[in-house]
Amino acid sequence: MIDYDKYLNDSIKTVKPSGIRKFFDIANEMDDVISLSIGEPDFQTPWHIRDEGIKSLEKGKTWYSPNRGFMELRQEIANYYERRFGITYDAKEQTLVTVGGSEAIDLAFRTLVQKGDEVIIPEPSFVCYEPLAVMAGGTPVIIKTKNEDNFRLKAKDLESVITPKSKLLVLPFPNNPTGAIMEKEDLEEIADVVIKHDLLVLSDEIYSELTYGGKSHVSIASLDKMYERTIVINGFSKSYAMTGWRLGYALGPAPFISQMTKLHQFGIMSAPTTAQYAAVEALKNGDRDVCKMRDEYDMRRRFVVDRFNEMGLSCFEPLGAFYVFPCIKSTGLTSEEFCTRLIMDKHIAVVPGTAFGECGEGFVRVSYSYSLKHLKIALERIKDFLEELNNGN
Amino acid sequence: MDKLLQLLSTNSGFTTDEIAAMIGEPEDYIKAQIKEYENKGIIKGYQAVVNHDELDDGDVEALIELKVTPKKETGFDEMAECCMAFEEVESVYLMAGAYDFALIVRGETMQDIAMFVAKKLSTIDGVLSTATHFIMRRYKDRGMNLIDFSDRTDGRNLIL
Repeated sequence: MIDYDKYLNDSIKTVKPSGIRKFFDIANEMDDVISLSIGEPDFQTPWHIRDEGIKSLEKGKTWYSPNRGFMELRQEIANYYERRFGITYDAKEQTLVTVGGSEAIDLAFRTLVQKGDEVIIPEPSFVCYEPLAVMAGGTPVIIKTKNEDNFRLKAKDLESVITPKSKLLVLPFPNNPTGAIMEKEDLEEIADVVIKHDLLVLSDEIYSELTYGGKSHVSIASLDKMYERTIVINGFSKSYAMTGWRLGYALGPAPFISQMTKLHQFGIMSAPTTAQYAAVEALKNGDRDVCKMRDEYDMRRRFVVDRFNEMGLSCFEPLGAFYVFPCIKSTGLTSEEFCTRLIMDKHIAVVPGTAFGECGEGFVRVSYSYSLKHLKIALERIKDFLEELNNGN
Repeated sequence: MDKLLQLLSTNSGFTTDEIAAMIGEPEDYIKAQIKEYENKGIIKGYQAVVNHDELDDGDVEALIELKVTPKKETGFDEMAECCMAFEEVESVYLMAGAYDFALIVRGETMQDIAMFVAKKLSTIDGVLSTATHFIMRRYKDRGMNLIDFSDRTDGRNLIL
């Protein structure tokens, strides 16, 4: 019998499997689960965008694209960042099209982080940063964001973890799983600390089109002296409901992007060709679709927040993404107990906050990427569940 | 169409309290707004979308094209009024294009509808011709899917 373990890279062994995954396995065993756990749009990609993908196939455009992505797409991406966030990128030197935002995150880590470097990660946050930072040789340093700060990152908390080894700050806003956003004033405080300690920023802006309550997304790269030390990550999955097309991008200083391009070139070659043709259409003519989807999410968001607060699970008002993050401490259960009992008793699947970092304890992530009708049924069951808990069942 | 009307026309099963939360306005305001729409005749009523194919009550529905001669004084209105008066007729639309009116007619059997067309409809003064199309199966009605292609309802996978 071969001892496979001894062949494995030490770092990969320290990476824990995703906490979301573990919970999904329970849900998969049941056939009548009402899920509130999925982290992708329920909308299908708008037709005119799909159509451009189909047309490109009909015309036989089935070859690799250039390593960095088609120039037309990169130019549209640059136009989009200028138009939406007021930041100017040179399409030729400062853009790289990747296989989803996740690939771009991985490339950025492997390009910038080396052994001993500390990567500062606010949590709760999406599950990929810590493992990818570890695999790049870095040491993750976690900052806990707090309910009382509306889960925004605070400058004093950032300041408190900085050491001479600090190198890169991950800024995952609008945030999955909390729905928190960072406004300009919040970012300015962070920028002061970043500049003072000569850090770099990886700004994961994948949910940038999904902000509510009249708050538009602000990129930290738009702030004075931050453009030159920020890599922006974005993509098409969330804003245009294009998850399955696997298309994202990185924007940033040319010396960083060109090094990331080498890795991308050797590891991936180029992002999917069909998806790139569709994405050009999305950026050129997709604004109305984005607005329509955002309005629909907003209606669901208000509804879900209102219901949770009414049930007695306090829920801060999330202003971004498509998640709410209610506090379940009043039930006396841990996040994992809450989710396990909810799925066992009521067949409703939500994700424990702890899947997104230890400080997610006491919270659960509820996705509202579902129809209002579906949400209504699910929330009624959660209400029943809480009533039964209170009655000591 | 504003958000309230949109919500009510796609799903009137929500309570005013729920709608208030979705729209972000107080419940009293929502109630007053609905009253106003009702009074002005903007909201005409509330109906269940019945899936007759599931009901198995033998109901038959047909779309009937009608070509008519408009009247000198009243144009198409007089003809519309005539058609509306039949209880078999569910909907009456004046059309642009190849014919003048589209009628949705409901009966218990195909024979009923055929007799209705032959005896009542085509005999109206001014009707030039009719063409009857029986509805075979309803997939979607008033924005609602009546047939669930269950493998397509939520094709999302649990990943990560």
